[in-house]
Amino acid sequence: MYISVQNEFFDFSEEIKKFTATLDNIGALVTFTGIVRGQKSKTLDYMLIEHYPGMTETQINLIVEETFKRWKICDALVIHRYGKLEPGETIMMVATAAQHRKEAFEAAEYLMDYLKSRAPFWKKEVLNGEEHWVEAASGDEAALNRWR
Amino acid sequence: MIDLIYFSWIRERIGKSSERVETRAETIVELIEELKEKDVRYSEVFSDLGSFRVAINQELASFDASIIEAKEIAFFPPMTGG
Repeated sequence: MYISVQNEFFDFSEEIKKFTATLDNIGALVTFTGIVRGQKSKTLDYMLIEHYPGMTETQINLIVEETFKRWKICDALVIHRYGKLEPGETIMMVATAAQHRKEAFEAAEYLMDYLKSRAPFWKKEVLNGEEHWVEAASGDEAALNRWR
Repeated sequence: MIDLIYFSWIRERIGKSSERVETRAETIVELIEELKEKDVRYSEVFSDLGSFRVAINQELASFDASIIEAKEIAFFPPMTGG
């Protein structure tokens, strides 16, 4: 299991290489990457992500541990950034490795659903000097119901 | 003494990221009522219980949870991770 909450940029492909290098007998690898929108459309100047140091790490750990209990996966990775992020930058990624794709897909989806509404991050978008806090989508909480 | 921590628009509207308070409240709801009496900024921020969440000692908690053992209580809007 690899979990990192960081301000620094990370290289998606490098992380995948490191993650898979230690694994054995893997038949499926599922990854998801969240990216700051507005690369060319200029709909966003930048994004600020705030988090709750301490609780963030604890919550992500709990979510990953629960994922291991529910699915037969070999390993999981979560990297989530905070601070100032420009359009096109990578916000976060998850990876799940399993022998079979069904487990890997479902585990990745579960991780994402829970990271979205249970990991204490808050996003603020800034455009032309105006800032607003991103509101949780009504479907985010509902998405958790399918796993109950 | 309990440390109160505020995040996102709650921090901005209250005007500070944390404060240490002495309270006789035994639950989150009672604490919120105390805070609301303190200043109009708190009564505005905490007017709608559906608009924010709370954590006791870094664990999500309900509004009727006991704060007898609380060292740190955080108030924040629904999370937007991912």
